[in-house]
Amino acid sequence: MAVLQLLEALATPHGVDRYLELVNPMLTVRELRAELTDVRRPTADSVTLTLRPTRQWRGFQAGQFVQITVDIDGVRRTRCYSPACSQYRADGKIELTVRAHHGGLVSRYLYANARPGMVVGLAQADGTFVLPEQRPDRILLISGGSGITPVMSMLRTLREENYAGELAFLHYCDSTADLPYLDELAGLDGIVLATTRTSDGQLTGRFGQEHLDAVAPWFADAQTYLCGPPSLMSAVREHYSNLGVADRLHTEDFQPAPIASTGEATGTVTFERSGAAAANSGDTLLVQAEAAGLNPEYGCRMGICFSCTQVKTSGCTRNVRTGELNSDPDVEVQLCINAPVGDVALDI
Amino acid sequence: MSITLTEQQIEDIGRELDELRQRVVADLGSDDRDYIYKIVKVQRALEVTGRGSLFLGFLPPFWLAGTAALSLSKILDNMEIGHNVMHGQYDWMRDPALNSKMFEWDTACPADQWRHSHNYMHHTYTNIVDKDRDIGYGVLRMDPAQKWNPYYLGNPLWAFLLMTFFQYGVALHDLEVENVLAGKRSMAENKKLWRGIWRKTGKQTLKDYVLFPVLTGPLFASTITANATANLVRNLWAYSIIFCGHFPSGVATFTEQECEDESRGHWYVRQMLGSANITGSKLFHILSGNLSHQIEHHLFPDIPARRYPQIADEVKAICEKYGLPYNTGPLRKQWGTVQRTIVRLAFPGGGPRRKPGPYVMPPEEKAAKERARERVPAFP
Repeated sequence: MAVLQLLEALATPHGVDRYLELVNPMLTVRELRAELTDVRRPTADSVTLTLRPTRQWRGFQAGQFVQITVDIDGVRRTRCYSPACSQYRADGKIELTVRAHHGGLVSRYLYANARPGMVVGLAQADGTFVLPEQRPDRILLISGGSGITPVMSMLRTLREENYAGELAFLHYCDSTADLPYLDELAGLDGIVLATTRTSDGQLTGRFGQEHLDAVAPWFADAQTYLCGPPSLMSAVREHYSNLGVADRLHTEDFQPAPIASTGEATGTVTFERSGAAAANSGDTLLVQAEAAGLNPEYGCRMGICFSCTQVKTSGCTRNVRTGELNSDPDVEVQLCINAPVGDVALDI
Repeated sequence: MSITLTEQQIEDIGRELDELRQRVVADLGSDDRDYIYKIVKVQRALEVTGRGSLFLGFLPPFWLAGTAALSLSKILDNMEIGHNVMHGQYDWMRDPALNSKMFEWDTACPADQWRHSHNYMHHTYTNIVDKDRDIGYGVLRMDPAQKWNPYYLGNPLWAFLLMTFFQYGVALHDLEVENVLAGKRSMAENKKLWRGIWRKTGKQTLKDYVLFPVLTGPLFASTITANATANLVRNLWAYSIIFCGHFPSGVATFTEQECEDESRGHWYVRQMLGSANITGSKLFHILSGNLSHQIEHHLFPDIPARRYPQIADEVKAICEKYGLPYNTGPLRKQWGTVQRTIVRLAFPGGGPRRKPGPYVMPPEEKAAKERARERVPAFP
């Protein structure tokens, strides 16, 4: 560690990684990154990536997600993806399956450009959508579309543990041609594919009691892990709560993209660190923060000096000078020239 | 010759410049990212080469090459990279390594204090006497509107010292020592700033004047001299570029009253009248951090500096259209008039600055611009 301290003192103010990355981006002292070692495109719109993380990687639990960062047209973009591999994978690599969905900037980029050798940014695994340490006696996994990945990881992890309890997996897809893991799943017991557009699955149509009866009649005694599109999530949630077993349902929500509108000022501005919140007045974030009694740093108040830049954790903002909307989470915004559009949360 | 613009014209100028800005911002992309990373790579390579060569500093060619490489590295780090990154020119890339709030540069001044004194104070109140503390940096008399006193007899000497120790001058800038002496600012206000300066300067000193010299063992003295020389070269260069940005003759200063309730158009006009460019080669522009395009920089401090030369012709055309000056000239000319001002204002008096005449594009430049347009129909 003394050597590292010396290197940091020599590299000040930029840090050792800023030099190492120019030689080899996978040679890092502090930063976590990953190199793509294998790229496959199992279906017409998905890409399966195998990543070798740098030595800082601390592993993950089945069901958790990681953040992947890529530079697209000069701009750094970060998105969350859940590893689909077993948490015990021997070579320490992680597998992600990304579905290029319409309008998905990063997913489309990865689908089109991912190739072995590419280096991407990686963040340590996070998320509470995990199996309990003490595995339940009965487990029902339900997923839909690209929501299969965290559930697939749970399935593979349980199989590797030689899980002895009752296990069923119900997956929804438009047709089996959309399913990246078709070959692997086809050979396993307890796996039921439900297709919503075609009739090549064991079940067809949308989620309902009859599907539960067919796949896991014991579901009310089991713990259910669910990940999928909003329609599936709400259907299952409603069904479970109608039956009074909502506490047995564990879900991983997809973050729905906030809806951008330019109409009247609506929503709430939340100042997370100071614990304050106020109804959106339509003014700039700086004016609203001050009106809420906060005292954020500022300078020119006209978008020149960047003194007031803070992190917006969620919500959509509009640049009052350009009209440009920004609905990305965890980005820096200039408080003095951005106004909230609907609910916005700031890390101040 | 004085400049008279109607409110409508000022508004039009504001709109035209806003549109120009929008066009550049919409065009930002991977070329800009590739450019700045190329500069970063060159800077880091120069630094590593420079520091490495000094391990062979007992051989004069290595000492010279090492010192030269390290000087260039510090110049690139401070000008094209540091100054510009800290303006937020690359914040749109969302890359923490080149983010205005996170970047630190290879000089004594802590980045956060620089952002306050420079991005906010200087860029907002550009050339307003008694508001823009870059007019004379609190130690020089650079404008006749600054009241003379005998201290200013030392103007040339103070300027020389500021130039020589520029990195420390910049580091102490945000303390507003002259305001503390005048009783307008309390010592207590500076406590936090002092801590920041102490910490940053400490790290810089440790690196340049202790660790690297010690690592070269018997070459301790040779390395320490080389590092001091590199810091000095950077000081001279940065001081020269910065002083040529606002103090050559023909640059206007303003009173607080003139700038009350300024519109965006007014602000743009003040930036154009209050800045001066330096002509030179492409390499010269890069080494100056493109601050040789000070006018464009002051109009749009937050767009990547490599864009300034690209938009210069359009800014000139706006100046010509509205009869505004576009102050530019070679380094020796701009530098010369700065020196003349420093010496003249050491003594009492000094007439108000000559107001510059409107810009007229030279015919040959106009022809070249037309030709360029025909060749590249897309954005410059």
